[in-house]
Amino acid sequence: MLSKLCQRAFKKSIWVYHANSGGCNGCDIEVLNVLTPYYDVERFGIKLVGSPRHADVMLCQGPALRSTAKALERAYQAMPAPKLVFAIGSCACGGGIWYDSYSVIGPVDKVIPVDFYVPGCPPRPEAIVYGVAVALGLVDKKVAPVKLKQLEFPIARYHPEDLECKDDMVVYTKLDRI
Amino acid sequence: MISKLKEAVICLKAGKVTLPYPFAAEPVPARYRGRPIFNVERCIGCGGCANNCPAREILLSDVCQEIRIMRYLGQRCTYCGRCADVCPEHAITMSGEFETATNDKRDLQQELEVFMGTCQRCGRCFTAPGPLEQLMMKGYRQDDLPAGRWVYKSRSFLQSEGLPDIEIELD
Repeated sequence: MLSKLCQRAFKKSIWVYHANSGGCNGCDIEVLNVLTPYYDVERFGIKLVGSPRHADVMLCQGPALRSTAKALERAYQAMPAPKLVFAIGSCACGGGIWYDSYSVIGPVDKVIPVDFYVPGCPPRPEAIVYGVAVALGLVDKKVAPVKLKQLEFPIARYHPEDLECKDDMVVYTKLDRI
Repeated sequence: MISKLKEAVICLKAGKVTLPYPFAAEPVPARYRGRPIFNVERCIGCGGCANNCPAREILLSDVCQEIRIMRYLGQRCTYCGRCADVCPEHAITMSGEFETATNDKRDLQQELEVFMGTCQRCGRCFTAPGPLEQLMMKGYRQDDLPAGRWVYKSRSFLQSEGLPDIEIELD
């Protein structure tokens, strides 16, 4: 019963912990901008706290570096049980421009499990508010994977999934349509 | 006491400053760069965007002689707009889309299948030497699509290891 109550109360008051594991401070400024009266997220019960032990949500900025990955993992482990992790900015989502340099391990989700991604360099404060709204279930996400084709190329060799075996003959099923 | 009253007067003067964002749409500035949108009709598959992307976000893979797959990963894109800048056909537009928060990274991907015309002499056709030659595009490229890795290596021949050969028996 207590865990159910926790689940219901979780959405009403999210306390966020702001973890920068080696970002350039751009995303930090945008996150702090979200907490100002202009974007006033205290309407939704969101409050900044200074310790991961008090927090429900961790806002990760910056890629996981060789030097900070362990500290990030420990901060994640220190958070109490119903917890969410937001990766904010392109560094935390995908490793940033220097994703393949020697000191960068990669995106934050290589070290800790990430629930929501807010890409952008830095993301607008509105984008972060939108990410929080997606997490709370107020709005649906708008992006979906896109796959575009210029034309269907009608040669059997390039479509092995359309080949069929018919009494010791291999038949291209789309042949009659061409 | 008086200082508190003064503070209250200042606050009343300022009025309400909170933006109604999540409940009302927020227009973006005119020159704002958001997510790049790829137009498959205009793309000629020159690979200039892939060679100029600082985050190496755009992967190319030539699956066969005529088809080139371009995949934009979207996860570490900094929206710098260099791909849109270098595109000779203006196939990439930087949209004002910023509401891209998602719980799955693969939602950000865009994949294009571009048809490449072939030259009868060289097997590979490009337009006359010009800006495209400066983009260092030569031969076929094989980026590692399953691992999402950018491999900077191009060959003059098509690597056929990726494609299993289909044996068609004829009597």
